[in-house]
Amino acid sequence: MPEPKQLNINGQQRTVDAPDDMPLLWVLRDLLGLTGTKFGCGIAQCGACTVHLEGKPVRSCVLPVSAVGSRAITTIEGVGATPAGARVQKAWLDLEVVQCGYCQSGQIMSASALLASTPQPQDSDINAAMAGNICRCGTYVRIRAAIKRAAQA
Amino acid sequence: MSASKEIARALTRREMLREAAAGGLLLAFHLPALGRAAPKQGGAAKGQFAPNAFIRIDPAGHTTLVMPQVEMGQGVYTSIALILAEELDADYAQVSLEHAPPSDKLYGNPVFQLQATGNSNSIRAFWIPLRTAGATARAMLVAAAARQWRVAPGSCTASSGQVIHPTTGRRLGYGTLIEQAQQIPPPAKPPLKNPKDFTLIGKPRQRYDTPDKVIGKTVYGIDVMLPGMRFATIAASPVFGGKVARVDDSAARALPGVHKVIVADDLVAVVGDHIWAAKQGLEALAITWDEGPHAQVGSPEIWEDLRSASAKDGAVAKSVGDINHALSSGERYDAAYELPFLAHATMEPMNCTVQLKKDSCEIWLGTQIMSRVQGTVAKLTGLPLEKVIVHNHYLGGGFGRRLEPDMALKAVRVAQQLDGEPVKVIWTREEDIQHDYYRPQYRDTISATLANGKVAAWKYKVAGSSVMARWLPPAFQNGIDIDAVDSAIDEPYDIPIVHVEYVRAEPKGVPTGFWRGVGPNNNVFATECFMDELARKVGKDPIAFRTNMLGKNPRLKAALELVAEKSHWGQPLPPRTGRGVSAQISFASFIATVVEAHVDDRGEVTLQRVTCAVDTGIAVSPDTIVAQLQGGLIFGLTAALYGEITIENGRVRQSNFNNYRMLRVDQVPDIEVHVIASEEPPGGIGETGTTAGPPALRNAIYAATGVALRRLPIDRAAIARGAKT
Repeated sequence: MPEPKQLNINGQQRTVDAPDDMPLLWVLRDLLGLTGTKFGCGIAQCGACTVHLEGKPVRSCVLPVSAVGSRAITTIEGVGATPAGARVQKAWLDLEVVQCGYCQSGQIMSASALLASTPQPQDSDINAAMAGNICRCGTYVRIRAAIKRAAQA
Repeated sequence: MSASKEIARALTRREMLREAAAGGLLLAFHLPALGRAAPKQGGAAKGQFAPNAFIRIDPAGHTTLVMPQVEMGQGVYTSIALILAEELDADYAQVSLEHAPPSDKLYGNPVFQLQATGNSNSIRAFWIPLRTAGATARAMLVAAAARQWRVAPGSCTASSGQVIHPTTGRRLGYGTLIEQAQQIPPPAKPPLKNPKDFTLIGKPRQRYDTPDKVIGKTVYGIDVMLPGMRFATIAASPVFGGKVARVDDSAARALPGVHKVIVADDLVAVVGDHIWAAKQGLEALAITWDEGPHAQVGSPEIWEDLRSASAKDGAVAKSVGDINHALSSGERYDAAYELPFLAHATMEPMNCTVQLKKDSCEIWLGTQIMSRVQGTVAKLTGLPLEKVIVHNHYLGGGFGRRLEPDMALKAVRVAQQLDGEPVKVIWTREEDIQHDYYRPQYRDTISATLANGKVAAWKYKVAGSSVMARWLPPAFQNGIDIDAVDSAIDEPYDIPIVHVEYVRAEPKGVPTGFWRGVGPNNNVFATECFMDELARKVGKDPIAFRTNMLGKNPRLKAALELVAEKSHWGQPLPPRTGRGVSAQISFASFIATVVEAHVDDRGEVTLQRVTCAVDTGIAVSPDTIVAQLQGGLIFGLTAALYGEITIENGRVRQSNFNNYRMLRVDQVPDIEVHVIASEEPPGGIGETGTTAGPPALRNAIYAATGVALRRLPIDRAAIARGAKT
């Protein structure tokens, strides 16, 4: 068994016993009980597992935990503490984006990272940042509108 | 008006089900015996006022509403709560909601007489039962207050959880009245509100379920965590009907975190300390399958079988006038439309958590069929029904996939080889796509004649698998699947001679199931595609051609006229760009849709604009109706553009989102939905957009290129070859 790993998650230090190649997704969900981050495809095709690493969106289903190091991880449970995350969550509710909600953790993480880096995104920025996140309920029209709403907030 | 009524009628004919119907919703004023159990699913505690299975009020006035239908994103919890709270005059801001426990008797859907959420009928089926439940409780509370005040009940009103006596200004909160209210006999027929007096129904409200969903707090089935829990993933035979021949598990068992390898007839499971270990373990197995009788089955053979079946005469589902005579007199037009198998691909992959002990079985999952999960697990385990406890959760998408209990049965079979510890079984996405109950392949043939610019005779034949015959056998009668022909029987146009047939054709080795839009998917597609082709034969504008035949359907005609205006129908468009229309009555809603699309010289299609007009009767949650149409349209358009499951050597070829594609945000244009005000009873809405999208898109491609596609998904090469520019 490798050495226990120190992870910085939502501003807290957490220690986990996990194999090096274990994707961060399963570390969060199965070892730490942070189930807000979702499993959708396992091959970085749907974006349901999106978390932030130093503020950048990454697909945690293909990110080995050993590659994280000391970089700060932010999940859906913690993103509301960031200004962009809070604005996105509020816009999501104001416009009632959510249907089943299963993909929305990932959608919100992608949108929050976009707004943090591009405060006034154009449609092309939204397309580039959000096309990796599938929503089977088809909430895309409202996702676009809510990102614009959050940008104005 | 829709399959719902047909299903209900077919079922009530059955003696065996009559009793269940009589003991059903309106007469059932009992409560389930289950104690309060996490998560949020329980029964009445002592000292509560529980006039029926849907409402409980405690002495502090706290009101709990029990949800007979499940929340899978369609917003039904909010709508059900609004309906109950409206007639109860509850303080809506303070109510809390609970998942119903399994019980057909208390929570059966009046259409299915089974605790099922589907067929877009939650609001339609429960509209009167829920209002009556709310009004009954309100009447008892009002009577209790009136008795205390010694005034006539008719002189009292109620509002926000209080009974009020306006002439004296006295008020009593519901919580203070519950002891007296329990002594009041429930009124046989409590008066329901006049819709003009509604204060909750039809007004904008925040959805109940969404605040927790945006912060990652909502617990879906897949999120259940229990002390001492194991994690497992499975591989079922890749060929349907196959079994495990042998497994070499030596490499898997050597992996850290792998606890056990389980072989159970047609599936192998690896149980581990976490899903990653289970997944690694499964990949390390060398499994040899006994592939069984379907090992050679492939899509070409399945299509051939369906086409042969489609050439036969079917069971007659509807016949008005002499169709043979009509079709032999006058020029006759024929077309056949084909739809592929489709997977559901809910974002939350199939999963189920089980704790099986010697004398009980506890299940955690999100399902559209609570009582059937309980019943089938009881049968599998041999346990009495009451020893199978099912905890329902929010569903990460349903779309009909969770109308099947297979994920629970497979998880229980894994648990049967453990020692009583809880196990969470999660399917990989590949397992989920390759072990679905697929939307059937359909072949719909239509023959028609025209006279005076209108359709004079119309013969419509559906050939395809009958989901109903397997899923709800009593509803399959006289060889007719009433779902598969739903919108063919209920076609909206003024056609004097109409004949509808159904041919049951089961595909070899491929299980079929309900898929969002169900039967109307094939009927609306074929009908609306053919209407466009016929309009072109007579040189008429597609919308004018349709409205000219909608004398008996003013609601649909109004929707078409509105969508024409809002979509700028008839205004010039750039080259290779077209607008296509579809009109439908499905799930008792009246919907007209226009898709505007551009087609490039390779046949690639870009959606540019979607406009929709809907008359769905009284709109309980207007914004949810808009959301369901937007989402339903995308669901249908995704299928039209990409959706197809194919079979090779008995196996499903598609496996994940890389080869079973979904529309993404950068491909979706603005979708405008116009809700028409109506005082008619509510119609269904969750599946209507799905049936509306594909024909409107296909007709847009037809308008843009002149290519009349007759199967889905769209064939880009055929468009490129045939396009007239």
